[in-house]
Amino acid sequence: MGFDNHLPTRRELLVGSGALFAWSQMPRIARAEGRDPRLLVIVLRGALDGLGAVAPVGDPDWISLRGDRALLLDGKPPALPLDAFFALNPAMPNLHRLYRSGKAAIVHAAATPYRERSHFDGQDVLESGFTRPGATASGWLNRALLAMESGGGVDPRGSRALGIGSVTPLVVRGAAPVMTWVPQKLLPASQDTQNRLLDLYQHTDPKLATVLQARMKLASLGGAPGGGDPMSDDPTLMPPGVARVRAYFAEAAGTAARYLAKSDGPRVGAMGFVGWDTHIAEGAASGQLYNLLGALDGAFAAIETNMGEAWKETVVAVVTEFGRTARVNGTEGTDHGTGTVAFLIGGGLTGGRVIADWPGLKPAQLFEDRDLKPTTDLRAVLKGLLRDHLRVDEKVLAETVFPGSADVKPMGGLVG
Amino acid sequence: MSNSAKAEAVLALHRFGMGPRPGSVAAVGTDPRGALIAELDRPLTLTAAAVLPTSAKAYRTVADANARRAARAKQAQQQAKKQQATAAPVMSEDQAQPQGQGQNKDAAEMAAKQAAEAVPDPGRPIYLQEAKLRMEAALAADIGFAERLVWFWSNHFCISAFKIQSMSGAYEREAVRANALGRFADLLQAAEGHPAMLFYLDNLGSMGANSIAGINRSRGLNENIAREIMELHTLGVRTGYTQDDVISFANVMTGWTLVPPGDNPEHGGEFIFNPRLHEPGGQTVLGKRYEQEDAEQGRAVLRDLAAHPATATHIATKLARHFVADEPPPALVEQMAKTFRDTEGDLKQVAIAMVSSDEAWRGPPSKLKRPSEWGIGMVRATGITAVDPERFTGGQQLLGEGLWRPSAPKGYPDDEASWIDGIGRRLDIANNFAERITGMADPQAIIEDVFASQISPEVKQAVGRAESRQQALALLFMSADFQRR
Repeated sequence: MGFDNHLPTRRELLVGSGALFAWSQMPRIARAEGRDPRLLVIVLRGALDGLGAVAPVGDPDWISLRGDRALLLDGKPPALPLDAFFALNPAMPNLHRLYRSGKAAIVHAAATPYRERSHFDGQDVLESGFTRPGATASGWLNRALLAMESGGGVDPRGSRALGIGSVTPLVVRGAAPVMTWVPQKLLPASQDTQNRLLDLYQHTDPKLATVLQARMKLASLGGAPGGGDPMSDDPTLMPPGVARVRAYFAEAAGTAARYLAKSDGPRVGAMGFVGWDTHIAEGAASGQLYNLLGALDGAFAAIETNMGEAWKETVVAVVTEFGRTARVNGTEGTDHGTGTVAFLIGGGLTGGRVIADWPGLKPAQLFEDRDLKPTTDLRAVLKGLLRDHLRVDEKVLAETVFPGSADVKPMGGLVG
Repeated sequence: MSNSAKAEAVLALHRFGMGPRPGSVAAVGTDPRGALIAELDRPLTLTAAAVLPTSAKAYRTVADANARRAARAKQAQQQAKKQQATAAPVMSEDQAQPQGQGQNKDAAEMAAKQAAEAVPDPGRPIYLQEAKLRMEAALAADIGFAERLVWFWSNHFCISAFKIQSMSGAYEREAVRANALGRFADLLQAAEGHPAMLFYLDNLGSMGANSIAGINRSRGLNENIAREIMELHTLGVRTGYTQDDVISFANVMTGWTLVPPGDNPEHGGEFIFNPRLHEPGGQTVLGKRYEQEDAEQGRAVLRDLAAHPATATHIATKLARHFVADEPPPALVEQMAKTFRDTEGDLKQVAIAMVSSDEAWRGPPSKLKRPSEWGIGMVRATGITAVDPERFTGGQQLLGEGLWRPSAPKGYPDDEASWIDGIGRRLDIANNFAERITGMADPQAIIEDVFASQISPEVKQAVGRAESRQQALALLFMSADFQRR
């Protein structure tokens, strides 16, 4: 049931000429291929240490580079073998299982075009899809959505984007409407109060009206669980222990999946997880990075479960603004770097492999003698997913979704 | 007061203050600029905070509790093991059952956990007391311009209570509040030299490769504080500093650390320069050579960063963006930057330059209040002067702006796009708040007395037609008139 052909509810009648009306003006493209793909983007904010997540255990320089902090196949705990060269952080058994069944791929030594080391600029480039920071206020996923609405191969009825969290990730911000879901605790205001407020906004502040309307639409889809909210005790202030981080990741990712799975829900979504800026005591094999990767692994399981039937048409792309220094710093952590990994999971994926043009770890092979050298442009991966999974036109990808990326060819063969 | 004077007073309260409260429109009077400037002459000190611990004391208190917790846990574990040993008959190795052993081990761990949890964490009560005083200062201010400046600078020089809860409130009082109307260079020195910041930005154990500790312990440098000082606190990103500047500055900052609490019950948690960690010799930062010894080297770099023209522009832009518009008028920014440069970073003069400029008043109320401003404004409007810090900080956390808990050193953003999608969440909070205060707040009276009737006819109508007082209050607090400034 699409937004454009179901019977209007009382609320939508009240809504009048707001965003829902604009929605019904959008072209209705038949699902010619009989597909209904979903794409979820997870941004790991703070810069994930790619070498701590997926270790090049077959590289002769690996152990000398990381010393006793190196993940090893015979380490404690042992890293999980991926192929003859790479091994996965032991905190991620779910990802390992998905990888072995061909439903996960890992891209290594990848980076956006950004070559400086500011988190905030790096995230801006990662999410905006532009080659320099501060260039635009919209994200590549939102612009891809607009392209689909104006003639792509995916049914647009669900193409309203989903943002998870109190602050909407830049990657989904833009002209296409965004719905936001935040882990729920308070009893929401009554439907009537919402309607009256919407009416007030429509007469005084159209921007606020659009946002409120999107939220009401999302609530009516009913994706949020009725009870058992792990954040509900006191969502506020205790230092986030491992269990709470795990619960939060699983709750947030699981809810995103529940919305994306719905027949009339959104088809693309984005969320961010913070905490990856491991300057001190990184703890790849046991410690903070291990715990975070474990929580992320739990989020993957929650997505797979909650996607249900839609899992087979799902791709999840997990990306970060840049990597970390190849060597351990003076405080058992790593500083801001360049090349890192991206995780791709989902039933729609042709996986079971690590995609890497391995640059090597000798000092001369490192970027500026400090970081893993990026050999794969992350935009090639994302463009490949958008072209082959969502069927976004290649020209549009090169010009508006990732402007100035004509030379970066979409990576083929990731889905299908 | 004429209607236009009332309207300007309400704008002053929303844009530069903490929002209207009973009597505040009259307090602003007919000269809003003068009233804002006059407020900057009053002392910013929180007299009620005299009873609260200093940052070092708070840090020691939490460290002591942690040590006590570890000791209790160890004791309980040993006790449990001893009991198991006496309770279980002597078994030879081959009789031992792995499962039974596991249970014994679990029981010992459980006992340890329970013993540890019996020692309360003093960090959270300290945090809540600090939060309460901060909020009540914002509620008590006639206008709240000075408090807004404290909030601004606290966010600019943010730390995170996720990492260092014990010191978070005291840090704001000691480093930020004490210097928010002084010179930027002093504020910068106070913030970067504060143990909470050195802890937050990972400088405590950073050591030069050629320092005594660096040689003996073969650990080394952490770049974090050097990068964030240049990128976020002073020059701003992409202003010309290089990776080499970051590394040199990080070397300069080695040795800036705190007294370990376990070693020193009197001074633990206080700032100390530890020469053993400090990289010896001169360093070149932004093309200038610094040959000073010890902490004076860092102080000299900070002085130069504070005086750098890029810093003036960065600070002026950020202040104007916070108070006036997401895209502030360039002429206003330039005027503020010029004042910053001309007065050697006198922050009071920069604030005065802002409110004295017509550009700061001319634009429509386009800024969406941040959740913290909106929340405190809601409480002020009702005339309530005391808050439950647990509830209030919880609400802020739900709205994505937890007090002293930004997720990154950049602090909370100051643009509409970052916050507008939280509007639905605000409605839940407003609705909840309206429900609790419905017996003591009359929406019509708030419109007439607090807002001096300076509110759009649509809002008046919606409030007038509401089905209940609660609904009327929720609509009022959610209206664009109240959310935007």
